[in-house]
Amino acid sequence: MAPSIVKLALWCFEVNSPSLVKQTLNGSQLTQQAHTHSPARAALELLASMRFAVSLLTVVAIASTLGTVLKQGEPYANYLNQFGPFWFPAFQGLGLYSVYSAWWFLVILAFLVTSTSLCLWRNTPRMLREIGRFQQGLRERAFDNFPQRAQFASAAPLGSAVELAVAYLRENGFAVRTSALDDGTLIAAQAGMFRRFGYVLAHSAIVLVCIGGLADSDALLKLQLAFGTKQPVRGDMRLADVPENSRLGAGNFSFRGNTLIPEGKSSDVTVINVGEGMLVQDLPFSLSLKQFQIEHYTTGQPRLFASEVIVTDKDTKESFPARIEVNKPLIHKGIAVYQASFDDGGTLIKIAARNLFGGAAPLRSFEGRIGDVLTLELGGTPYQIEFTAFRPFNIENVGAPEPEAAGSLMSRMRSSLGSASRLQSKRELRNVGPSYQYKLRDSAGQAREYHNYMLPIQVDGRWLLMSGMRDAPGDAFRYLRLPLDDNASLDEFSRLRDVVLNKALYADVGRRFALTAAKSDALNETMRTRLQETAERVLDTFSARGFQSVADFLEKAVPDDEREKAAEIYVRVLQGAAWEAWMLARERAGLKRLEPDAAQARFVQDALNAVSDAFFYGVPVYMQMSGFEEIKASVFQLTRSPGKPIVYLGCGLLVLGIFAMFYLRERRLWLLVRSDGIAKLAYSPTRRTLDEDKAFAMHRDALVRILS
Amino acid sequence: MMQAVLPQPIRMLRGRSVFDWIYAAGLVLGALFAFGRYGSYMDGYEKAILLLAAPVFIALGWGWGSIRALLLVVAGVSLLAIGAYQGELVRSEQAFLLKYLVSSQSAIMWMSALFFLATASYWTGLLAGSDFASGAGTGLTWSAVVMGSTGLLVRWYESYLIGADIGHIPISNLYEVFVLFSLMTALFYLYYEERYGTRQLGAFVMMVVSAAVGFLLWYTFEREAQEIQPLVPALQSWWMKIHVPANFVGYGTFSLAAMAGFAYLIKTHGAARSGRGALALWGAAMALALLLALEAVAFRKTGSSMFWLAYFAVFAAVFGAIVALRKRIAERLPAREVLDDVMYRSIAVGFGFFTIATILGALWAAEAWGSYWSWDPKETWALIVWLNYAAWLHMRQMKGMRGTPLAWWALGGLLVTTFAFLGVNMFLSGLHSYGQL
Repeated sequence: MAPSIVKLALWCFEVNSPSLVKQTLNGSQLTQQAHTHSPARAALELLASMRFAVSLLTVVAIASTLGTVLKQGEPYANYLNQFGPFWFPAFQGLGLYSVYSAWWFLVILAFLVTSTSLCLWRNTPRMLREIGRFQQGLRERAFDNFPQRAQFASAAPLGSAVELAVAYLRENGFAVRTSALDDGTLIAAQAGMFRRFGYVLAHSAIVLVCIGGLADSDALLKLQLAFGTKQPVRGDMRLADVPENSRLGAGNFSFRGNTLIPEGKSSDVTVINVGEGMLVQDLPFSLSLKQFQIEHYTTGQPRLFASEVIVTDKDTKESFPARIEVNKPLIHKGIAVYQASFDDGGTLIKIAARNLFGGAAPLRSFEGRIGDVLTLELGGTPYQIEFTAFRPFNIENVGAPEPEAAGSLMSRMRSSLGSASRLQSKRELRNVGPSYQYKLRDSAGQAREYHNYMLPIQVDGRWLLMSGMRDAPGDAFRYLRLPLDDNASLDEFSRLRDVVLNKALYADVGRRFALTAAKSDALNETMRTRLQETAERVLDTFSARGFQSVADFLEKAVPDDEREKAAEIYVRVLQGAAWEAWMLARERAGLKRLEPDAAQARFVQDALNAVSDAFFYGVPVYMQMSGFEEIKASVFQLTRSPGKPIVYLGCGLLVLGIFAMFYLRERRLWLLVRSDGIAKLAYSPTRRTLDEDKAFAMHRDALVRILS
Repeated sequence: MMQAVLPQPIRMLRGRSVFDWIYAAGLVLGALFAFGRYGSYMDGYEKAILLLAAPVFIALGWGWGSIRALLLVVAGVSLLAIGAYQGELVRSEQAFLLKYLVSSQSAIMWMSALFFLATASYWTGLLAGSDFASGAGTGLTWSAVVMGSTGLLVRWYESYLIGADIGHIPISNLYEVFVLFSLMTALFYLYYEERYGTRQLGAFVMMVVSAAVGFLLWYTFEREAQEIQPLVPALQSWWMKIHVPANFVGYGTFSLAAMAGFAYLIKTHGAARSGRGALALWGAAMALALLLALEAVAFRKTGSSMFWLAYFAVFAAVFGAIVALRKRIAERLPAREVLDDVMYRSIAVGFGFFTIATILGALWAAEAWGSYWSWDPKETWALIVWLNYAAWLHMRQMKGMRGTPLAWWALGGLLVTTFAFLGVNMFLSGLHSYGQL
């Protein structure tokens, strides 16, 4: 039965009983005569005891889970949000936001190192001594104490019996010593004694790994910060303004920082993030990024990230080119440079700003770089435009949506047979071209975010220009879709819209609408007038806030049970009127009238949707991307980790040690051949397993056979 | 296991059968052929891995004879499948052999079915005391291993048919490693079965494998996770070829040890009609059922409460039945010493390989992420698993801690291992996001 938690806790800190002190680390039958005399001695015993080791391992394991449950190293604002003002400082005090460098975690690790070192210190000398020491002092009486023992008659004369037995044991991997006794010969044999090295190696490895890890950790940096010799600065400061006590010299022996370099630029520092602030680490060389290369699979997943850089040494002034890839870091002057990430390096976006509510020609053209903030006037109000992101391409699934897990188990089963590549045919991935993102911030500080594609996207056979808008960063983008005409321009859309929103023309449009309707149906004068009035009213309503105002009107004016039918009529009238509006616009532009067909009807529908959505776009201006000059940036991680060789050495020793401990079978065997023809056998493996029982039986039978 | 210290290499050569030498020659020739044909596409490390694979598999086959036959059959079936493809992916739809038998997905489906059947056979054998049924369990398990290994190898080939730049060893995502996990666990079990000459433990170990296969099927049907995906840059490394398998030796053997621990507890408390031991077993069985049911809830967020109640009922019935029938099961289980030995051995093997895997992971991380240890959730949980079994191994050296407490601990270790393997992917995010659920 498992001990209860309380019992377990008591057990962990109970002072060693003598029986446990005797228990040695490798579980061999070597005994140690240590007794608990003084409190200091008792503490030492506790630290080096097996139960303390087990408890420590458990405690480290439990402490480690903590940092995986709570996401580490997030901005403090996130934690404040999560825990509220009361718990946030308490948890901060406990170091829960960076558990693995918290003082209490380091203390636990220090205990682990101390405990392991004490075990090593206590056991190593004896264990190594034992390797070469054959236990030739075994008394005949002692044979009876071994669980695995045998006694049998030896027919061969003493001398040849010993010779045969020694030969057999050597053959089977034992090292052998014989000693002549008064009444016979004692053969002391042992094998697998190198297992003991395993113990020493594995346990020193733990100490080495911890020490190496400490050298590479930010503990030293934390000390410098704690004593105030270094002071982090806020992240938005310019590099040149960073004061001396926030810089670390090129001689710093251990650090880990990040450096962002745009194409064509260079850097000779790296930034170390410390809590909310940062420190600047000088490098003994400068890195200049010639080109950042990114390649993709046809499915859109990245295939390659690579940076072509030029390294210039500050001492020798020599330069050399290098290529840094994921999994292929550059190492120079003991500093490793890794391809960590990438970013935009200030891509130039060319923009044609279009009024969403009138005119075909762009209002103005201008340019901005990703990362820049410009001031603009849109519709009479000042805005700040912040260019936030650029994507050179976007892979979207434009295939038909998959039927929702249709079919029986059998058919699903059938569809999962065959090769493992099948699914690709179901999806149709397509690159829909570049896009950029920006924020428009009004004078009150409120920002809306926009995501504009440069190229039109084909949806069900027609081409639409897409612009997404969202009010809050967590929302999904809602897309404004501007329909393109056959010349791939917005001209037709603009014409249609300008008439649909022009109140002065409604009477004309309404009249044309009524006339067209009269052609197909025989309508008298009154009905025509009513139709005309209806068309005018629908347009007027629509021009306020699009479909929303039409819906509001219906809500108010039409009883519930007739609303659906009325809505249908309204929409049809609106579409008809919009068609006439478009034709009127074409007439005014000197273009010929079109014959209505399904595609044209679709265009009118799309145009109306776009006009309606424009009311909810936040600003009356669409910032069409007309071109770009891409500049990428590469993010490198730079580290100097002096502990790495120590840790690696520790790892190597650990593997050797563990395999030696588990796979070398340490065992001793004694054979006493008495002059009177009686042979006594004792077998003592370090680890009692079924294999050893078998091995004993095998040796016993073989020796009985040989000596008989 | 190794026999003795120094004369080991010499011993291995002595007294080898003709079959042994043919097997070795086949492996060496195969490796050389692959080297000659594809060597120019490999980097130095990959070449080394290929060339070292030959002696490793020779040693494996010589150490455990059954591997030789397994490898021959798997090689034969896989080559048959590759031949049937004739270099065209579309053949998997047309050729009967591929569509229903040996294309990667079909083979893995066969593996799944065979593992379920094996579990049923082992249980029939255990409960009815039928040697025939248990023997059938062994046969079915071997067949499942053949189909699963073939499935992975053919999948490897298929990945290159999709595109030369997409091709990679199929151990790169959760779907693929689940197959690997099932195979590893089954193989280690089969080894112990042969070594200890007992088939009764199969009923227990195959439960874990069946659970893994159940997950695999869910993952296939619900998430269509079986599609071969290209490798993201961080995974494009030869390290993957050794880090992942070493890890799964660990996961597999730890699971095996947990089941041996479970069997040990059943054996121990088998005779007890009531009392604390039996009560604890009941508690553990129900807790296990509840946990598995909760897992089902996590997988399928849309499911109704009835759905997971049904799950719970099934698991509770299975574990409840095992505990209820413990007397009968205990009578037929091998001696406690054998169960303890299996438990210890699997943990020892697992611990060694898990150590290597974690270290390899650290070396790889140093190249890919710029730091050999970044306390990423997966890394941290690997450390927790390692610490857990380190503590277990230390416990075993203490007096009075053998037997029941260790069996409980090994069973509890399954939770830690499962969380590290699966839970981290489900609940925590981090750098190891290749197997997101």
